[in-house]
This record gives sequence, C-alpha cells and structure tokens, in this order.
Amino acid sequence: MKINFSKIIIFSFVIFFLLILSLGLNKNNNYDTKNLIGKEISNFELPSIHSSESISHKDLKQNQFTLINFFASWCSPCRLEHKYLIKLTYQNKNIKILGINFKDKKNNALNFLNELGDPYSFVAEDPDGKTSILFGIYGIPESILINKELTIITKIVGPIDQRQFKEILSLTK
Amino acid sequence: MILRKIIIIYFFLFSSLQSKELNSELIEIYKNLRCLICQGQSIADSNSDFASTIKLVVKDQIKEGKTKEEIYDFLVLKYGEWIVYKPALTKNNFLLWVLPYTVLVLGGFIIFLIIRKNKLNKRN
Repeated sequence: MKINFSKIIIFSFVIFFLLILSLGLNKNNNYDTKNLIGKEISNFELPSIHSSESISHKDLKQNQFTLINFFASWCSPCRLEHKYLIKLTYQNKNIKILGINFKDKKNNALNFLNELGDPYSFVAEDPDGKTSILFGIYGIPESILINKELTIITKIVGPIDQRQFKEILSLTK
Repeated sequence: MILRKIIIIYFFLFSSLQSKELNSELIEIYKNLRCLICQGQSIADSNSDFASTIKLVVKDQIKEGKTKEEIYDFLVLKYGEWIVYKPALTKNNFLLWVLPYTVLVLGGFIIFLIIRKNKLNKRN
C-alpha cells in the first residue's frame, strides 16, 4: 500500500488547527488580575487627604487585615459599595480600611465622605493615579484585601456587593 | 558673541533631537501595551483614564533610566501577560512562537518534495 505523505501532512495540519481553535474558543478571555493574589503588595507612600501625614506599606503591617479601597467622588459605583464599607467597620474589628482617593479633587472627595460617611481608618490621595498602577488597578472601584504580611488575599474588581461583603467577612474572621 | 549663538543653537538642536528620540521610544512602548479597558486599542491609541495613567508611569520609568524590557516586566507583573501585545517566550506560549517557523520549514520541505517528485516523474 502506497502512503500518501502530503495527504497525511495536510490532514494533520487540519486536525492541529481545529484543536488550537477549540482550545482558543474554550479559553476564558475575561481579563482579571487574579494573578496578584498570593503576592505581596509593592512598596508605596501616599499623602493623607486630611493632613500633612502620609501612609506607607510599612504602616499596614500593624493591622491584622487591611482592605485597600480605591474610590473617587466622580465614580457612581463607589457610592453603591460605600454602605458595605461602613458595615465592615462595624461588623469586623480585625479589619482596617485604607481609602485611596483616585484622580479626584480634594474638596469633592471630602464632600463625598461627609455625605456618605467615612469608613476609612486613613484616606490617602493619588491625584495622578500613578500609585494605583503599583496595585494593578485599571478602573475604580477596586479593593484589595491584604494580611499583616502584606500578602494579597483577594482582589475585588468593581463595587463590593452583598456576596463580596460576606466573602471579606469570612476571610477576615 | 558668535560662539555664544553657536552654543545656544547647538543646545536647542541637541535637546530637540533628544526629545524626538525619547518620544519615539515612548510611542514604541505605548504601541506594544494593550489598553485593558478599551476595545482593541493600544495605550498609544487610547485617551482613557487607564491609558493616560499608564503613559505617565512609563514616562516616569524611562526618566528613571529603566529599559523597555524592565518596564514591560513591571507591567506584566501587575497586569499579567495580556497587557503586552508581544508576549515574552514562555513554556505556555512556546507554540505561538515556534509554530510560524515550523510551518515555514515544513512548507519549504513539502515544496521541495513536490518539485523532486515532479522532476522524477518527468525523467521517467
């Protein structure tokens, strides 16, 4: 029996490309930053929105857990999640919330906190958003839960809802 | 007086050349970075908040003397391989890099076989 090499090669190529296509179609193309979970946060230092003080990664080592929350007064989903941040401060004393005011005007941010309440143990400002890049932020609101070793436990993209609120509570018990 | 003018002209020419070089390097980096919140746009093409922040960070890192590769590595660490259009060669994307060359070599080999077969047929 004569073996037709070119037919075998063409057939193998077709099978191979179908395989690649099927793998590609089954792959989850939703972008996320889950690769940061388990990693340590980068060193940073940011000024306070209220005073001349500043906060750095070293200060967060004193907290058992820290939720770093990126927010802005112009961000409407931030308003939605704010009630959960306030509830967190009452329901869990193990957790401190660091608010990072992202690309915002100081007065607007202060008005936002006056209106909705201030759940933050410290509010820092990142007016040009450059520090947010160190945390892998690409939109707000985003929140990062870290432990006292500064390791990222979870990263929430978008506003915190009831399900994520419960998840944070269970992770910080 | 003339010498002073020459020095001033030389200074302006030199700084303009330097800034052109810096700009072209920046644009090259922006073009290889994907805007993660835009539809099919690079950082160079986008005016989104995310893109403008990334541009600021890249500019700062260039000023600090970091190389292109160091900047890409930093952003890949924070946002994953997806942020660069031209990913680095790893075991996960090995096929992506090797396949075009393999197809090229294999295609050449098939053409060689066909030509040889035709020649042999003609001789017979």
